[in-house]
Amino acid sequence: MGRYFLKRFVYSLFTILLISSVTFLMMHSIPGGPFTRERAVPDEILKVLNAKYNLDDPLIVQFLNYMGGVLTFDLGPSFSKVGTSVNDLITSGFPSTATVGAWAVLSIILVGIPLGVISALKQGSSIDYSVMLLATFGVTVPSFVIATLIIYFFAGQLGWIPPFGLSTPQSYIGPVVALSGYSLSFVSRLTRSSMLEVLRQDYIRTARANGLSEFSVIMKHAVKNALIPVVTYLGPTIAAIMTGSFVVERIFAIPGIGRYFVESVSNRDYTTIMGVTILYAAFYVMMVLLVDIIYALVDPRIRFEKESKN
Amino acid sequence: MAPLLEVKHLETSFFTHVGEIEAVRDVSFTLEHGQVLGIVGESGSGKSVSALSIMGLIESPGKIKGGKVLFEGKEISSLNNGQMSEIRGNEISMIFQEPMTSLNPVYTIENQMVEVIRRHQKINSKDATKLAIDMLKLVGIPEPAKRIKSYPHEFSGGMRQRVMIATALSCGPKLLIADEPTTALDVTIQAQILELMNDLKNRVNTSIIIITHDLGVIAEVCDHIVVMYGGKIMEKGTEKDIFYDPLHPYTVGLQKSIPKIHKGERARLVPIKGSPPDLLHPPKGCPFAARCPHAMQICLERAPPTYRVSPTHTSACWLLDKNAPKTEGYRTGEAIDG
Repeated sequence: MGRYFLKRFVYSLFTILLISSVTFLMMHSIPGGPFTRERAVPDEILKVLNAKYNLDDPLIVQFLNYMGGVLTFDLGPSFSKVGTSVNDLITSGFPSTATVGAWAVLSIILVGIPLGVISALKQGSSIDYSVMLLATFGVTVPSFVIATLIIYFFAGQLGWIPPFGLSTPQSYIGPVVALSGYSLSFVSRLTRSSMLEVLRQDYIRTARANGLSEFSVIMKHAVKNALIPVVTYLGPTIAAIMTGSFVVERIFAIPGIGRYFVESVSNRDYTTIMGVTILYAAFYVMMVLLVDIIYALVDPRIRFEKESKN
Repeated sequence: MAPLLEVKHLETSFFTHVGEIEAVRDVSFTLEHGQVLGIVGESGSGKSVSALSIMGLIESPGKIKGGKVLFEGKEISSLNNGQMSEIRGNEISMIFQEPMTSLNPVYTIENQMVEVIRRHQKINSKDATKLAIDMLKLVGIPEPAKRIKSYPHEFSGGMRQRVMIATALSCGPKLLIADEPTTALDVTIQAQILELMNDLKNRVNTSIIIITHDLGVIAEVCDHIVVMYGGKIMEKGTEKDIFYDPLHPYTVGLQKSIPKIHKGERARLVPIKGSPPDLLHPPKGCPFAARCPHAMQICLERAPPTYRVSPTHTSACWLLDKNAPKTEGYRTGEAIDG
């Protein structure tokens, strides 16, 4: 199994490299450059700027230089924010994003899964219907609507939470709810349907026929099986949430990295685009790998040795 | 001493959105200590539902509507789920038709067996593992100490059914209910499993109820046989009564549809024409009347009472009534209920 994961790790590095090169090429194919302004910049100045940032080198040379930097964890200077490096942007923005993200992920797991389990066990009851109604809202209402409503009612009308920033513990509630709303609802729906499926299985009947307590039948025999599809969904979701949401960070004025995703593209801030993309890709690939490890722990039918021979 | 198991006028229905499905209708039988009872009938005859009712495993929308189940003289059909779970797997065990899916795929055999053993016996996990290994050895799993660490998917169907039997017997139950234990298995494995159960019955002193649709399966193993059809008991008797002196047209039909091997003789199989009754709207009279070669007017109108022809042998068929026309192979019995 160790060998398999080493192999997977190497593949992951390749995936990141591939994503980086595709992004690099696409980014350079966008018309204009980092120094294109509404009012045309004189050619001489542009030339000097391009020379300063080595943008006049052939694309392949630029790419190799850039990737060389990445290997030493140097993501280069930001083009639009003069004097700051992309490393600085990420180290200043990522902690806020990651803290909000971590709370969101925690609430997805600790609230979404139990809600799904409970509504499956109480199928057809009023608890089930209310949870599923709420979950349907969560899936269908976009995060910016949730965020705006939270600010309007809880910050504006009731004054329970601050409307922006991350100054106090309460100020995390808004962004965490807005950020996790969709996935939390999705996870509870997924857990519910998976749980209902598992509860019909023969081995659940066996567990009951062997006189096991209802607690063990549900918590040990049913839940572990029911979580297999949920784990699949959670991996990429965690990566996406941990790397921030532009919308939620914008509305709650959180100094995270989510906004760089968008701003850097419209600014053609090449190094920032690359930096956040690589960060996201690395996170994503890591999560997918983690999901596979968790899979192996949850479901013994998955064998790695066989796969790694292919 | 009270009989091991008494089922009295059991009625189980499923309340679906299209209406009530009367799966088991007034079923009564008795099982003495150390005996093997066979329940025979085709799909939908109510035999599995009867077994699940005894186990208290009827799930919503199903419900036990009437009657009671007595185990060693005490009523178990009135116990709640928690009390019943003390009995399940401990005093009454059950194994099922689908060995491939009846074990939890994400836990080892050891984990699953030890959990059941420790649920019912106060022993530490080391002793429980030892007992589990002994049980696996008893049911013929080679290298049990090594194989117990395996997951269910590493076993074949026959081996899994052996594991199921080992688990079911690990707490020394007084009664084992086997619901079509061999149906999903190859014919050779079927014979092995039946032989194993027959052998274990004597060694661990367990009474057994075998549920099957295959008369051939129970011919050699059972002391008593109950023939069910349309949720009701058609005929009840010792193995000899049912095989050599069948007194119900359905039992006769079942026998004719078993392939027989006689010297040089090649007899055609005679299937029972038609299909079982719709239990959503059960027929007013005898459930078998629509397919019965001897059906009379009364069979369609009134359900027959049960007639006793010997202390062990009863049959629910109007042909046994004293006013019935003489029919070859049938004789008059004494009506014992109404």
